[in-house]
Amino acid sequence: MSEEKKYTIGALVYNKSGVLTRITGLFTRRGYNIESISACTTEDPEVSRMTIILKGDEYILYQLIKQMDKMEDVIKVGCANELDCVYRELLLVKVHAAPEMRSQIIQINEIYKAKTVDLSPETMILEITGDPEKLDAFLKVIEPYGILEMQRTGVTALARGKHTLKDRDGGEYKILDKNAD
Amino acid sequence: MILSGADILINCLLEQGVDTIFGYPGGTVLDIYDALYRSGKIDHVLTAHEQGAAHAADGYARVTGKTGVCFATSGPGATNLVTGIATAFMDSIPLVAITGNVGINFLGRDSFQEIDITGITIPITKHNFIIKDVRELADTVRRAFKIAGSGRKGPVLVDILKDVQVAKCEYTPAVPQKIKPAPVPPEKLEDIAKAVNASKKPIIIAGGGVIAANAAPLLKELYTKLDCPVTYTLMGKGAIPETDPLCLGMIGMHGTIATARALTEADTVIALGTRFSDRVALNRDKFAQNKVVIHIDVDEAEIDKNVKSTLHLMADVGEALKSLLPLVDQKQRKDRRVKIEAFKKENDAKKDTSIRAYKILSEASRLAPEGSPLVTDVGQHQMWAAQHYAVNSPRLFCSSGGLGTMGYGMGAAIGAAFGTGKMPVLVTGDGCFGMNMNEMITAVSRNVPMVILLMHNGVLGMVRQWQKIFYSRRFSQTDLKRSIDYVKFAESVGARGVRLGERDDISETLKYAFERAQKESLPVLVDCEISADENVLPMIKPGQTYDMQIETLEDG
Repeated sequence: MSEEKKYTIGALVYNKSGVLTRITGLFTRRGYNIESISACTTEDPEVSRMTIILKGDEYILYQLIKQMDKMEDVIKVGCANELDCVYRELLLVKVHAAPEMRSQIIQINEIYKAKTVDLSPETMILEITGDPEKLDAFLKVIEPYGILEMQRTGVTALARGKHTLKDRDGGEYKILDKNAD
Repeated sequence: MILSGADILINCLLEQGVDTIFGYPGGTVLDIYDALYRSGKIDHVLTAHEQGAAHAADGYARVTGKTGVCFATSGPGATNLVTGIATAFMDSIPLVAITGNVGINFLGRDSFQEIDITGITIPITKHNFIIKDVRELADTVRRAFKIAGSGRKGPVLVDILKDVQVAKCEYTPAVPQKIKPAPVPPEKLEDIAKAVNASKKPIIIAGGGVIAANAAPLLKELYTKLDCPVTYTLMGKGAIPETDPLCLGMIGMHGTIATARALTEADTVIALGTRFSDRVALNRDKFAQNKVVIHIDVDEAEIDKNVKSTLHLMADVGEALKSLLPLVDQKQRKDRRVKIEAFKKENDAKKDTSIRAYKILSEASRLAPEGSPLVTDVGQHQMWAAQHYAVNSPRLFCSSGGLGTMGYGMGAAIGAAFGTGKMPVLVTGDGCFGMNMNEMITAVSRNVPMVILLMHNGVLGMVRQWQKIFYSRRFSQTDLKRSIDYVKFAESVGARGVRLGERDDISETLKYAFERAQKESLPVLVDCEISADENVLPMIKPGQTYDMQIETLEDG
C-alpha cells in the first residue's frame, strides 16, 4: 500500500433529501477515514457541492471516487490534490476573555486577520477565515485563554483559473488515472 | 389520460413488460392491489412471506434476464424484503421492489406500520426512491427499471406513499428505450489483445458478468479461438458447458483440482465479469502473483479493488468480447490440452464417490428434464451441487453467492419456475429448508412442479465442517436435534414427499420424484438421508493459495 496522506475531493451532487446520508453511509460502510465534509447548494439550486477531506492512501482514494461515481445522485466527483486550489475554512471560537485579557486577544486577531464578532463581560467570539493550517495556528495561540466552544466549517476548495468541476469531462479521473493509462 | 397513482404504477409496469409479480398485500398497498385486480393483466404470485417474494423475484430475474418485481406493504412487509434485496444486490441481480408507505400526514410520526425503508435499504440497493408526489411517479418507476437493468445490474426500491397511490394526475404512456451498453474504448483493447496474444498459458475466469451480459456464445468463441481453458465462479456457472473439454469446473474455496492446477501454472488470467471475491481470491495479494491479470468488468469500482490488474477494461463483457475477438490470434495449444486433460483426469480420480450427496446430485443432474433450472440454498449442499450437478447453459442456475442467504432456495425456485415454465430442481439442506419451508405452501397453491432434494443430515453441515477444521470438533449449536418428518410435512401442505434412505436406490427414487412432480404439477420433496460427517472437498483455507488445496481431511 502506498503511504497515507490527505486528499481533497470535490463532488457535485443532486440536492435531494437523503443525499448526504447516502454519501456518508458509503464512507462508514467502506471504512473510509473522513476528516471533514462541507456541503451546500451551488449557483444551480438543484445541485450541491461537497468538499471532502479524506485521510488514506491512493487505493482508498481511487475506491472512494469510483464508489461515489457510481451513485445515482453524484454528478461529478474528483480529487483536487493535483490542481492548484484555493482552500478556505471558517472558524468561530468563543474564548474566555476577562476585561484585562481583551487587548491581548485583539492583538492576536490583528496578526491573524481575525475579527471579533461578539463581546460579553467574560467572553469573546472570534471569526477567522483561511486555509486549515492558518486556523490550526490561530487556535494554538488562542487556546491558552480558554476555549469555551468552537465550530469549524470544514474545508471548502475551488481550483484556480478556468478549471471547474462541472466542465471536466470524465471528472478529475484524468488526473487520477495517470498511472493506469 | 387522468389516472390514480396506483393505476399509473400498474401501467408503468406493463410498459416495462412485467408479466409476473411476487408479493404480499397489506394496508398501505391496498390501492396498488386494487389497481392490479382491476387491470387483470399481470400475474401475481402470493407468497407466504415477503422474503419469499423477494427471493422469487430474484430467481425469476436470474433465469429470464428480465428485471424481477416484488410488492410489499409498509413496515414489516418492507423490512421482510430486506434480506432478499441484499441477496440480489450482492449478486448484481436486477430487481424492482415496490413498497407502500403511510400517507404524508402520518409520515415521520411513527405511525402504525411506518418504517423508513428507503433509509434502511440505502446500502443494499443501487438506488432507491420515496415518492411523495404523484406527478413524479411514472418517471421514477421508469427510472427505477433503467437503473436496475443497466450497467452492473442490481435492485432498486420504490417506496410509494399511500396518498400518492390515490392522487390523480395525467399519465402519458411511454415506450422504454432499450438499454444499450456503452461502447468500448478501442485503444485499451489493442493492449489487451497484445497481452492475450503474447500469453503462453492463459486461463479464463468466467464470472456472473458473462451471464448478466448474455455473453456465453462470445465466451465460447474466445476460448475456442485461444484454445484456452475456462474456469467459472459460482455466479458464472452455466457460462460454459461442463461437457466442454476446455471447461475446468468451478474456481474458489471449493473449486476443482483441475482449476487449481491450471491456475497455478497459468501466466495470464483473463477475468471476465468477476470481482475476485474473497471466496475466489482467497489471498488477494498472492492470487495472481507473477501473472498478467486482464480484468474486464462493467463496474469500474471493481477494477483493482481486490486483485490488482495489469490491464483492465471497464465494459459490458459482451461488448468487450465482440470488439476483442477480431484482434486475438487463433491458437492451438496441443501440449496445454494434454496437460488440461491430465488435470481433469486427476480431478475425476480424486472425486470421493463414497459421498452420498455426490451420487444423488450427479444422478439428479442426469435425470432432470432438459431445461430444468437448478436452484440451491446455502452450505454444503450448495457446494456439492456446484461441483457435481452439471449446468450446461446460462440462466439455469440460481444460488445466493455473495450474501450466502440460507433460506433463499425455496422462494427462488418458485421464481425460476415462473420464469422458465419448467420444473426446477431445488437442492437444499435441513438447515436452509427450515428457514423458508413455508414457501412450499406457495408452490402448492400455484401448482408449481418442482423436485426438492433435501440433503438431510440433521446438522448445519458447512458450519460443522468449519468447526471440525478450525475449532477442534467443538460442535457448538450445529446439531439441529429436530424430529420433523419431512415427508409428512410435504404431504400436509399438499405437496408430495418420498424418502431416500441410505440403502434405497437413488435412481429409482429420483425417477419417481421427477415423474410425479411433472404429472401432478406439484412439488415433490425427496428426503435424502446423508451422513453428518460428509465434507465438502477439495478446500482452500481462507488466506491460502491455489497450490495449497486440501484434498482429504485426516479424520473425516
